[in-house]
This record gives sequence, C-alpha cells and structure tokens, in this order.
Amino acid sequence: MKTFLSLAFKSLAHRKQTVGLTVLSLSLSLFLILSVEKVRLATEKGFTQTISQTDLIVGARTGPTNLILATVFNRGTFANNIKESTFDHWKNHPSVEWTIPLSLGDGHRGFRVVGTSEDFFRHYHYQGQLGLEMMEGAWGTGLLEVTIGSEVARTLGYRLGQKVIIDHGVTRDVGMLHHDDHPFKVVGLLRPTGTIIDQSLFVSLESLETLHEESKEEEEGDHHHAHDHELTAFFLKLKNRIDVLNLQREINNFKTEPLSAVIPSVVVNELWQTLSYVEKALRLLGFCILGVSLLSMVSILMATLNERRREMAILRALGGSPFQLASLLVLESSLITFLSLALGLLLQILIIFVAQDWVKEKYGLFLESGGSIGSDWMSLLGVAVLGCMMGFVPAWKVYRTALKDGLSVK
Amino acid sequence: MADNTIEIKNLEFTYSGGLSPALSISELKVLPGQKVFIYGPSGSGKTTLLEVLSGVLEPQKGFLKVAGVDLLGLSNSQRDQFRAQNIGYVFQTFNLLPYLTVIENIELPIHLTGKTIKNFQGWQKRLIERLGLVDLIDRSVQNLSVGQQQRVAVARALLGKPAILLADEPTSSLDSENRESFLQLLFELAKEVGTTVIFVSHDRSLEPLFDRCIPFSELNRDLSGVVK
Repeated sequence: MKTFLSLAFKSLAHRKQTVGLTVLSLSLSLFLILSVEKVRLATEKGFTQTISQTDLIVGARTGPTNLILATVFNRGTFANNIKESTFDHWKNHPSVEWTIPLSLGDGHRGFRVVGTSEDFFRHYHYQGQLGLEMMEGAWGTGLLEVTIGSEVARTLGYRLGQKVIIDHGVTRDVGMLHHDDHPFKVVGLLRPTGTIIDQSLFVSLESLETLHEESKEEEEGDHHHAHDHELTAFFLKLKNRIDVLNLQREINNFKTEPLSAVIPSVVVNELWQTLSYVEKALRLLGFCILGVSLLSMVSILMATLNERRREMAILRALGGSPFQLASLLVLESSLITFLSLALGLLLQILIIFVAQDWVKEKYGLFLESGGSIGSDWMSLLGVAVLGCMMGFVPAWKVYRTALKDGLSVK
Repeated sequence: MADNTIEIKNLEFTYSGGLSPALSISELKVLPGQKVFIYGPSGSGKTTLLEVLSGVLEPQKGFLKVAGVDLLGLSNSQRDQFRAQNIGYVFQTFNLLPYLTVIENIELPIHLTGKTIKNFQGWQKRLIERLGLVDLIDRSVQNLSVGQQQRVAVARALLGKPAILLADEPTSSLDSENRESFLQLLFELAKEVGTTVIFVSHDRSLEPLFDRCIPFSELNRDLSGVVK
C-alpha cells in the first residue's frame, strides 16, 4: 500500500502539467460550489434574521405577511394606525420586557423614514445577537434630528450635519409634498448591518408629529400614516418567551381596537420558503459546475492512460495484479480529488477573508469566514466520493486490458 | 536427472475473441540453468509464449509446469504471485518507470511483493557493481542511454533471484558490439543464482552464445501449418 501510494504520488508528479490543470479546474469548481453555498447561506441569513429577539410585531388588524412586509421589509402599506393609548397599554403589560414604537409612511429620496424612540437603537437586534452600532455621531433623539443607515449615507453621500428634507406620505419615490420648512439634521451614522436598517432613516416620534401637524394644517387631507398620537406598529419582547402564544392571543382579542400580533421568525421563515426556488437554482448551478469538472477529470485520466500502457505493462510483468493496477488508478484520482478539495477550500477561505468587507459593503451580505465547514461537509463529502469513484472508469479499462491482452502495448 | 524448469504438453492459448489459437505447443522441456534461444519472425507469437510462461496470460488447455508450479491450476492472483516470485522479465525497450530513479526501479519488484530489501542487499550490491550502475543509482532513468537502461532492467529482473529470466529481444536496441558483452554479462549473473534464461529474438546472430536453440515455427504448430 505504501509502495502504491508513493508510486501514485511520483507518477502524478511526473505528469505535473496535466495533473496540475486537472487539480486547478476541479478546485476552482469546488470553490464555486462552496462560494455559491456561502452566498446562499448569507442571503438566507440576511433575510430570515433581519429581525431577532423581537417576539411579537403588533399592528392594526391585517394579515401576518402584510404586517411583516410593511414593518420589517418596507414593502406594502398600512390601512390603519393604532392609538398611542393602545401602545401604552401593552407597553405596560406585566409580561412585556420592552417595546419599540414605529411610525412609518414617510420617506426620503426613496428610503424609508422610521419614526421611533431611542428604544429602537437600544433593543433592535438582527442575526441573533447583533445590535445596532453607531459609526459616527449618536442616535438622534432631539427634535429634527435624524440618524441614517449606512446605505443611505453611501448612496446619497450624506455626512454628519447634512440637512435632510423628509417627503410626506411616500416612501418609495420622491414625494409630491416636502416638509421643506423643517429640514432635519443628520446627527448619527449607523454601521452596516446587511439588513433593511441600512436603507432607513430614523427620527423621533416627536419630530414626526411636529411635521405632520403642520402639513395637516396646510392640506387637510387624509393621510394613511401616523399622526395625532398614532403609531403604525410596535415591536415587543417578552420577559419569558413561553408566554408568546398567550400574549399573541390576548392582543388579537383586544377589545378596544382590532389588532394583529405576529411572531416574526415564523412568518419570515415562511416568506423565505416562498423564495426557495432561488436557493434551488443556486444549488443546481453548483452541481452542474461540479459535474462538468468531474467529467473533465475522467477524460484527462482516460487520455493519459494511452501514454501509460507501457507503465502498466511493466508493473504487470513485475507481478502486479490487474486489481493492483486498477487500485493505482483509483488512488491517483483520489489523490487528485483530495488535493483539489484542499486547494478549493483554501481558496474559498482565502477569498472570503479578503472579499468579506467588500461584499458586505457592496451587497449587504455577511459571508461567514473561517474554516467553518459546517454546512459544506455534505458537498465536500459528495465531491470526495464522486472524485474517487471517477478513478474507477480508467481503472476498469486497465483491469480488462490487463486480463485480456497481456503485456502487449497496443 | 533434475526436474525440468519448464514443462509444456499440448498447450493451447487463444486470445479472447480470437478464432484460432495464437499458441499451440505439443511439447517443450527446459532444464534448470539452461540458456534457451527461441527465434522466429516478429509477430509470430513469441511474446505470447513468454506471457503464458510468466502467467500473465492463462492458456485454455494443456499442461504447463513452470518452476515446479502447475500454472493451469492457479487462479489469476496466484499466477500474479507466482510471477513475482519466480520470473524476471526484460522487454525490448522501455523497461523502466520514468518517474523513478535507477535504484527505485531496481527495487520495485521487491517492494511490490512486500518483501524486505535487506535480504537482497548483498546480491543487489553485486548486481549493481557488475552491471556498472554504481554511479547511476540515484539518477533519473530518463537521463540514461538505452544500454544503461537495459542493464538496469537486468538488475531488476535478477534481483529476486528468479527461477527463470524471460527476455523479449532485450538486445535489439543495442549495437552489435554491446549486444554480445551485454548477453555475456547477463548469462554470468544468471548462472550465479541458477536462473534459467529464455531468450526470444528474430535475430539469429546471437545463436552461438546459447546452450540450446529452438525455431519458434517448430514449437508453435499452428503457425508452422504442420499438424493440428
């Protein structure tokens, strides 16, 4: 066995160029598969863990998906608001640990403006334990102060002290009405989170109220967003998670005002499931790449087999059995495979290490670095097994020839 | 009288898919230590005979006893083991694995059979000295001349002290002066360990050096067109 291993090594080393190219193509495709997997995971994590530690999201009576989309992902609209007294009621509920009030519906140049309190900065979490952090300045609590997400800052080129005009009633496009009498001042820049937070501007509820009071005087129209001491929704965390279903039922049956309470993690996961075709497509792509490179390895092995008939004849004349010759070829393809695995893995770790920050900045994706093979072990094992098995193709041919044609080099 | 090293009776070998036997020998006996020269034109089946004698190919019928072993009674893997134990093989050219050094090539059969090289060290030293390979042992075989390569092949074939050395035109790539001295040296070393030499060639000029000379056409009935 030791002899065969050393023979296989030396034989491979002797054919540096072809073997090198095979290893290169195999490790590159492995790198692609692993990267696709990482991107897939990062996408999933970024999506499903946009919000964490929040046990319930509460808004006026509506569907759970709608509530999540509007409050967490800034999609869809609200028909109704909830009274501040209602919010206070639940805020002071004995089993509630904290709440985050939300007043949505305003925008700034395509980004959403969130009216909230300092509790947002204090309690909002994503990806499990991650909280919000300031890059520059501080969270704005005062009147006409605004805190901006990293993408807002980057896209619009905003810095601390920048004057910002908030569009009334519109979050998606540039609004028809500007609250241009009341320019806000940027007092804080948030670090990137890879979530919708990066695309949001945060102001205090009081600031928003002042704004709306005035605009109401101007136009006297109907607005679909919060004013008159009204909120759009609020996030809530319980002292004890076990109470979540009870409290959910209690909120849904609230008599004073029709409310909906949803458990974000459940709904967000359901939403992700509806997007799972993207995930499948990414996986499929990876496996196609792998298939092609494994086939190319077989074709290279088969091609070199012709040049190696003499080698096989010598080993056979020295007493090597057809089985031993076949094993030698399987051993070679296994060595190529493991070499490629190591190289592909190394490449992936290296590239992620180097490109991590750039990808985070540019695409808001958190690629997990380090040697965490975790979820990749299935693909790695699959590649290892398939790669070794590919050696059976030339091995079988050598085996047959050895038994049938003797030592003749045809 | 000592037992024959090779004993053949009514032996037939047909390649799979072949219509008629490639080899059909009614009788052949070779005594231990004999130097036998078998000549015949290229493509007449001399190589097939060597492959049958070494157990690479399995004959379909007849009796074949080599080095005291009845080869027709053996399984494929037993014949491979038999070959590793009893046969030294030298080809016409390209005897060596290009990615090994001279010494690695020489020791390869010992390693392949899992024996320890220690038991062969004295003999190995002598072979290397006599074949003039002392200065070459760590060289890559790719840098050797054809003559040097053939001497490495002989060292490898004889290292295991085989009962029989099968040589398939090993001198045809050498020039005539080297041919004779090469053969003399081979005989001398074979004699030291009592190895029988079976040498096939189409070139009869070397005939006088051998104990015994057999035309392949007489040995192989089918191709000579005599009896069936």
